[in-house]
Amino acid sequence: MTRTHISATVNGDPVEFLSDAGATLLDALRDELGLTGSKEGCGSGDCGACSVIVDGRLVCSCLMLAAEAEGRRIETIEGMADGSVLHPLQRKFLEHAALQCGFCTPGLLVAAKALLDANPDPTESETRYWLAGNLCRCTGYDKVIRAVMDAAAELRQVRV
Amino acid sequence: MSELSYLAPTAAEEAAAALAAGGNLARALSGGTDLLVQLRAGRVKPGLIVDLKRVAGAIGIREENGGFVIGAATPGVMVGEHRGLARAWPGVVEALELIGSTQIQSRASLGGNLCNASPAADSVPAMVAARATCVIVGPSGRRTMAVEAIGVAPGRTCLTAGEFVLEIALPTRAARSADAYLRSIPRTEMDIAVAGAGVNLTLDPEGVIVDARVALGAVGPTVMLARDAAAALEGARLDEGALARLDEAARAACIPIGDKRGTAEFRTRIAGVLARRATVIAYARAKERG
Repeated sequence: MTRTHISATVNGDPVEFLSDAGATLLDALRDELGLTGSKEGCGSGDCGACSVIVDGRLVCSCLMLAAEAEGRRIETIEGMADGSVLHPLQRKFLEHAALQCGFCTPGLLVAAKALLDANPDPTESETRYWLAGNLCRCTGYDKVIRAVMDAAAELRQVRV
Repeated sequence: MSELSYLAPTAAEEAAAALAAGGNLARALSGGTDLLVQLRAGRVKPGLIVDLKRVAGAIGIREENGGFVIGAATPGVMVGEHRGLARAWPGVVEALELIGSTQIQSRASLGGNLCNASPAADSVPAMVAARATCVIVGPSGRRTMAVEAIGVAPGRTCLTAGEFVLEIALPTRAARSADAYLRSIPRTEMDIAVAGAGVNLTLDPEGVIVDARVALGAVGPTVMLARDAAAALEGARLDEGALARLDEAARAACIPIGDKRGTAEFRTRIAGVLARRATVIAYARAKERG
């Protein structure tokens, strides 16, 4: 197998790794870089558990080859908290008990962050459509939506 | 097992040469939302993946002679953000935006949707109705083809070894013209069309339809241009008689399979309904521009 050398930025840090041509970005994050927060649920872009932000756009890292990451700026769940201080979305997910098993949670948090980065004041309907690509088989979504709306409200206050 | 390699050329000719050298073991990659799923499922076992996204012209939107040229690998999110394009071709934009989730929209493209050659590809009926053309680059140069000529069977295109679609062009918008796309799925989001209909209309100042294009998805082995359905609208206003003739002609054009998504009878019936409803939307949009 030919291994390709990849240079990219992950959570603000420059990283370099070797990748097989068929490896996905999710494979590289987990197996080469040890960032196991992004999960593999379906491996086919349906569940969103592997969601990361690449050059400002939300993507499924299972649907992107690691080789495509050359020169790209990648944000993962590991970059969300500021040291031991949780991001407001993470805190609100805990406060609202918006998780049970937690497998979908990193993807939901990254997807919700991408939403609030693009739109600080989404309606509930916009939030539900935005998160339609993140499946949760435990909570039934209502608590997730409440947590995101609450975090959005808090972040808007911080901004003022 | 053959070795897999990856190339991301920046020149179109280089991409064509690489694809040609790879022969039938080479696969072109745009957003990867179909290809990576096929790779993982073992349905394709390529020896070479040629990523087209760094090729000059493959991503981006520009206005040209009153029309638009869209890089074939431009993701749905960029297409949706382009205000001029959304104003001129709301049907094409809404069709592409219907595909998948936010995550998929960051990657899925018109060129990928077209060349994956699924008869249920949402953006393709809208592009066919719009008279979209595509620029194909190959080892022996460039050629332009109508979008409806690309798909020849489920999962198969007419592209020959080394060829790929670089750009998709939407023509100049006539006055009082607009398009619309509708599909039917059993829920509100995240599903594959059971049937789809794209309609593109031009009206005269009195509101008479002087030009119509109707294309149907998921009711045959490829996306199909329904000429008789369009003819049923030409010369008419938006009256019940014309809509009934459109509905009948659209159903007559259907040659669907029955599968887990819907029976052949249901697909046929719903294709007529979707063609009607998309016509009503396109007509109202065209009128608004009056």
